[in-house]
Amino acid sequence: MKKSLFLVLVALFFIAGCSSSDDSNDTGGITDNFDRKALLTNIADNIVIPSYESFSTDISALKTATSTFITTTDAANLVVLRNAWIKAYTSWQSVSMFEIGKAEELSLRNFMNVYPVTVAEIETNITSGTYDFTSVTKQDEQGFGALDYLLNGLSGTDTGIVEFYTTNANAAGYKKYLSDLVNRMSDLTDQVLNDWKGSYRGTFISNSGSSATSSLDKLTNDFIFHYEKHLRAAKIGIPAGVFSGSPLDTTVEAFYKGDISKALFDANLNTLQDFFNGKHFGSTTTGESLKTYLDFLNTIKNGEDLSTLINNQFNTARTKASSLDDNFSSQVRTNNSLMTQTYDELQKNVVFLKVDMLSAMSIRVDFVDADGD
Amino acid sequence: MTFKLNEYLKKTTEAAPLAVFRIFFGVMMLISIIRFWSYGWIDKLYIQPKFFFSYYGFEWIKPIGIYTYIIFAICGISTIFIALGFKYRIAIVTFFISFTYIELMDKTTYLNHYYFISLLSFVMIFLPANRYYALDAKLKRISYQLIPNWTIDVIKLLLGIVYFYAGLAKLNSDWLVKAMPLKIWLPSKYSVPLLGDLMQKEWMHYLFSYSGAIYDLTIPLLLLYRKTRPFAFILVVIFHVLTRVLFPIGMFPYIMIVSTLIFFDANLHHKILGFISKVFKINKRQFDTNTALQFFPKKNKVLLTSITIFFAIQLLLPFRYMLYPGELFWTEEGFRFSWRVMLMEKAGYANFKIVDSITKKRFYVDNDDFLTAFQQKQMASQPDFILQYAHYLKKHFESQGHQNIQVFVESYVALNGRLSTQYIDPTVDLGKQKESFKHKNWIIPFKDEIKGL
Repeated sequence: MKKSLFLVLVALFFIAGCSSSDDSNDTGGITDNFDRKALLTNIADNIVIPSYESFSTDISALKTATSTFITTTDAANLVVLRNAWIKAYTSWQSVSMFEIGKAEELSLRNFMNVYPVTVAEIETNITSGTYDFTSVTKQDEQGFGALDYLLNGLSGTDTGIVEFYTTNANAAGYKKYLSDLVNRMSDLTDQVLNDWKGSYRGTFISNSGSSATSSLDKLTNDFIFHYEKHLRAAKIGIPAGVFSGSPLDTTVEAFYKGDISKALFDANLNTLQDFFNGKHFGSTTTGESLKTYLDFLNTIKNGEDLSTLINNQFNTARTKASSLDDNFSSQVRTNNSLMTQTYDELQKNVVFLKVDMLSAMSIRVDFVDADGD
Repeated sequence: MTFKLNEYLKKTTEAAPLAVFRIFFGVMMLISIIRFWSYGWIDKLYIQPKFFFSYYGFEWIKPIGIYTYIIFAICGISTIFIALGFKYRIAIVTFFISFTYIELMDKTTYLNHYYFISLLSFVMIFLPANRYYALDAKLKRISYQLIPNWTIDVIKLLLGIVYFYAGLAKLNSDWLVKAMPLKIWLPSKYSVPLLGDLMQKEWMHYLFSYSGAIYDLTIPLLLLYRKTRPFAFILVVIFHVLTRVLFPIGMFPYIMIVSTLIFFDANLHHKILGFISKVFKINKRQFDTNTALQFFPKKNKVLLTSITIFFAIQLLLPFRYMLYPGELFWTEEGFRFSWRVMLMEKAGYANFKIVDSITKKRFYVDNDDFLTAFQQKQMASQPDFILQYAHYLKKHFESQGHQNIQVFVESYVALNGRLSTQYIDPTVDLGKQKESFKHKNWIIPFKDEIKGL
């Protein structure tokens, strides 16, 4: 009796010891069990990788346009370069939420798209000609925001801007900074895409467990974090003065260009909703996603149709935003209440996503690793 | 009756179970402290946060910056003394104070398990746990192989209360009728070996719910009777190991498994002590004196009264929620310190709005500026946290020069699979509300009903 009791004890402790850190294993082919691997595969193969491929193409085009402009510096080539920048910037909106794997390691989002940028520092860099883009303190001196300043903010006219790269005393410095910025962005993008196309895809898909470090838990947290911080707050809330009491018209995305802030917002909003629905990049086909997972869980607990509520709220926010000016900077100066109304609609989905969805999926909010009851 | 009670109090029994309990308690606590420290939780939970959520009446207990490590160190060292039975009384008092201080520093980290440890260590202050197989006994050259029976029974009683009340708390319609929250938690454990696929089945959710409730309610009795005891202990092991596998509950399952050994006969404990003696080359025979530690009830009236009051409070405190209106799971008024374990999947979101009552100028607070993710999570679904944070925000923005500050909160809470609904009255200026033990009438009443205890 005593011996068998002891054996049972040892065996159970052993199971407990192993499974607490067990994360990678097959869930098997049981049909009534939601297939997380299929979900992760859909996300990797049909959403993340094609999005990065498309972004990478646009970054290459940006690089080409930059060297053309540097070789033949004139107003016409400036326009071409600017359009390439807009295209890449829009494309960026479809990858910015995937801060996982290499992107997380590199802190990609912070090196690609911090805004507003610090103009004085950028000018100092150009004058001195020495800067280390890998430094965390230099995040607001590079990326799309810095390009925005260099391509749109140096002067009120295109000829004025071109002069900085031709007749200016430090024209060579401006050219160098411009090309260094683009090279850095291209380099970062290559690293991330290559990692996804290399080993990371497999790592991502096989990490299909349910711990805080599993792919689904992490990416879901990334999704909500991006929605809350980078869409709701950065693109709308902060310029609308939601956190400061009065509008801050210089904090919008692409401030110097001005009239593309809404297009960038829309692109990002669509990406997030498409991600939720598992929609393939550049296609109308959908696959396994947070939505289908929620629907599966709902069949177990017979709760409210949460995925529909979330989609409806995405649509309401989009409709509300459609009445905004193309230029958010002028929107907050002329009629900020439309902007705060858009914020309010975005805010409602934070509750659905962060409270109801995470609760239904039993996914814990980031970095909360402490014992529970 | 009085006569019989006196008889009972004078009854003696083998001291070995209490000695083993003391040793295991010390070792388990030492491992817990080391584990907590090594995970970097001291820094993360008690040093990094800018703000700490105090218990009502204990606002003066705060982490003391980098010196917080010293409190943990003292607590950790005291566990070694406890295990050795060396300067036991000082050690256990030190442990009780330092451990309780740690728990009172921030209620964000409140766990019933920690509360249990505080209570247990308090009771242990009054027990003769160092009279047998202890360094104290060796040094004083007086070892009592027999000690008053009641000193072991109080530990059994405390354990029994924990289990039984945890069982009572499960007798509600969410747990028994809807199998909530297990219906949410278990499917997410799809990657657990062997059980992963079963976790998706509804009948498993009900099986776990019912067996969990029955286990909690019956295990104290099953452990008390000699005939059912081995079976009960197997249940204890299975139950706690399962909870360990399925949920992130740290050391607690092991602590409970080891604690329940106290229900066994002294034979087992002598064997355990014999084993320890062999390993550490201790002469166990020096302690086996067959002398009894006498207890004189009449001389120890204060002690007996205190212990009686202590247990009376333990029995009544979990029912204090009946004094409050509204649904307990929703308002959480009277929820803590009641052995309500794993009963709710509750999540919330709280968005604070600061308004100048005269100019009507307003802005929202970014909670990341003040609270850690863990604190935000706990704060968003508990009214006393929300109020305390609101007061802090008011003070903070006043010190920044803002005037006529009002603090409002837009908050939503989802409970046990129900869709989130608004939690706190968004029109109430929380800056004006006072904390007290009274009902907080600015909590929006629960829209549904949960029947039961």
